[in-house]
Amino acid sequence: MLGLTRKDTILFLIVIAMVICAPVLLNPFPSNSALAQFNAGYPDLMQRFLIFGIFAIGFNILFGLTGYLSFGHAAFLGAGSYAGVWMFKLLSMNVLPAILVSILVAGVFSVLIGFVSLRRSGIYFSILTLAFAQMSYALAYSVLTPITNGETGLQLSLNDPRILDGVAAADGSLPVANFFGVEMRDSLDVALGGWSFTFNAGYYLCAVFMILAFYIAIRIFRSPFGMMLRAVKSNQQRMSYTGLNPRPYTLAAFVISGMFAGLAGGLMVAMDPLAGAERMQWTRSGEVVLMTILGGMGTLIGPVLGAGLIKYLENILSKINDNVLHQWFSFMPDGLENVIVTLIHPFVGKGWHLTLGLMFMAVVIFLPGGLVQGGQKIAALLRRKKADPNTVKQPAE
Amino acid sequence: MGILEVKNVGKRFGGLKALDNVNLNVMENTVHAIIGPNGAGKSTLLNCLIGKLIPDTGSVMFDGQSVLGRKPHQINQMGISRVFQTPEIFGDLTVFENVMIPIFAKRDGAFRMHAIEQVTNEQDIIEAAEKMLIDVKMIDKRNEHAASLSRGDKRRLEMAMCLSQQPKLLLLDEPTAGMARADTNNTIDLLKEIKASRPITMCIIEHDMHVVFSLAERITVLAQGTPLVEDTPDNIKGHPKVKEAYLGEAAH
Repeated sequence: MLGLTRKDTILFLIVIAMVICAPVLLNPFPSNSALAQFNAGYPDLMQRFLIFGIFAIGFNILFGLTGYLSFGHAAFLGAGSYAGVWMFKLLSMNVLPAILVSILVAGVFSVLIGFVSLRRSGIYFSILTLAFAQMSYALAYSVLTPITNGETGLQLSLNDPRILDGVAAADGSLPVANFFGVEMRDSLDVALGGWSFTFNAGYYLCAVFMILAFYIAIRIFRSPFGMMLRAVKSNQQRMSYTGLNPRPYTLAAFVISGMFAGLAGGLMVAMDPLAGAERMQWTRSGEVVLMTILGGMGTLIGPVLGAGLIKYLENILSKINDNVLHQWFSFMPDGLENVIVTLIHPFVGKGWHLTLGLMFMAVVIFLPGGLVQGGQKIAALLRRKKADPNTVKQPAE
Repeated sequence: MGILEVKNVGKRFGGLKALDNVNLNVMENTVHAIIGPNGAGKSTLLNCLIGKLIPDTGSVMFDGQSVLGRKPHQINQMGISRVFQTPEIFGDLTVFENVMIPIFAKRDGAFRMHAIEQVTNEQDIIEAAEKMLIDVKMIDKRNEHAASLSRGDKRRLEMAMCLSQQPKLLLLDEPTAGMARADTNNTIDLLKEIKASRPITMCIIEHDMHVVFSLAERITVLAQGTPLVEDTPDNIKGHPKVKEAYLGEAAH
């Protein structure tokens, strides 16, 4: 289907189904139960799953296929965000032009940075991209204040021209981002027994773009172009003595991944029309590297899983504070309860990064192929048990 | 007129004269070997031919065009393929993909952005790659990762990659270095088969006299950066100058 092989079609359909059903799937606990805080099915978080999923899918086209590790992709995320807000301010509150311009601006920006950075490879490339991104961050924070509004961040205001929308709303409130009249914050709440599900318009807009991005990624992975990108990673020397010029291939991959980052930035401001310089900071660039490695670099679904996991932990773990912990362990004698809470305390709430770090270390050491490799190992284990329940064969390695 | 003409090529590395006034003429459809003791400048000469080094003086003409100043991928596009001392292949890719890539390069040039087409739909490439793998008897290994192949198979694969581009000139840099006798003989047989089955010019740089005398039709002996003699294998065998170059002063 759609020019994909059977295996890829199945994967693609599963992803579509999961994305469409996510508001239900991610809310497995009734809303008044004690476990409800582990629910992830609220629009804000689900939008972030998809947006960072797109960001990581794009990053993986560069890092996973060519092996070029960029530490500056947040610059494109930020550039896309600023471009999006400017479209809201100048043109219209419709999200479509904003997102398209975000992609374009990030694309142009990545041609410039990529052209210079790709003259080097390995650690030098990483450092160059990091330097460019930090330069962009510093510029956005200070010199470029007329464009970026410095540390306050770029916001909508009532005085913006918005040429296509005409007069501002009569009640004097800020206009809302919409897709041809459908407001991004519009939601349909459905209560079913103890459960409540929220179907949000913004989420489904992100979903359309994410599915599109995933489809493009599959096509690139399976194309001759994708094969050449893997050849770049494998042996550049052989590549040039085979009559291929690696530089345009890496630049194309860099620009494509930059445009994916721009799309993610555009969607971020479509959901919440605010862009700040901190979106360009290196921690953001580092985050997408973590997502890709955690999920499985060079795999199709890995980056999406990695993005989902990190954003889930960020939102759920950071919400668990000492009060919540005391509630959980209140059945214990007081002394023991306090000891347990003290022990867990550093790993949750503000300390959730510690959990993330430990998990990242475990994955890199035991599953260098990320979550996808973990899944494959489990599948292989189950298959072996099913095929031959009596003798356990040694793996062929 | 040879297909490859090297004229007065010189190359210095600081105080060391690696190549000094080298002249070489490789005739079309012959196997030409370049031999010489260690440090004779064989590898430097080869690197000048493929664009890795640029000689200080002289000219290198291939098929009527100068190769100097061109990048390695441009020189390959002119019709020169190179086999390396240690096989250079795409280790992370499958054997089949390894053979497809050079065929793509031959068909589409140094860069083509075909990100929309799918590899599985490129029938002409797939057929050519299958035919090539049958030719070198590796079709049963098509889905294996190239890195997991044996040393001999890696060499075989690298040859297949070069041949799939139907090069006018195949450069081989010590193709049997570090190989066991059996593998060496296999490689010699493979090269003989290749030579017999298609019109191709080969230029071999080699230490192993057994390989050289089994394959070469012309031999150039290089010593201290200059060609000593160029002749047929039979005449080279007993040549006093060659003995001197290999055995040094003691041969006097």
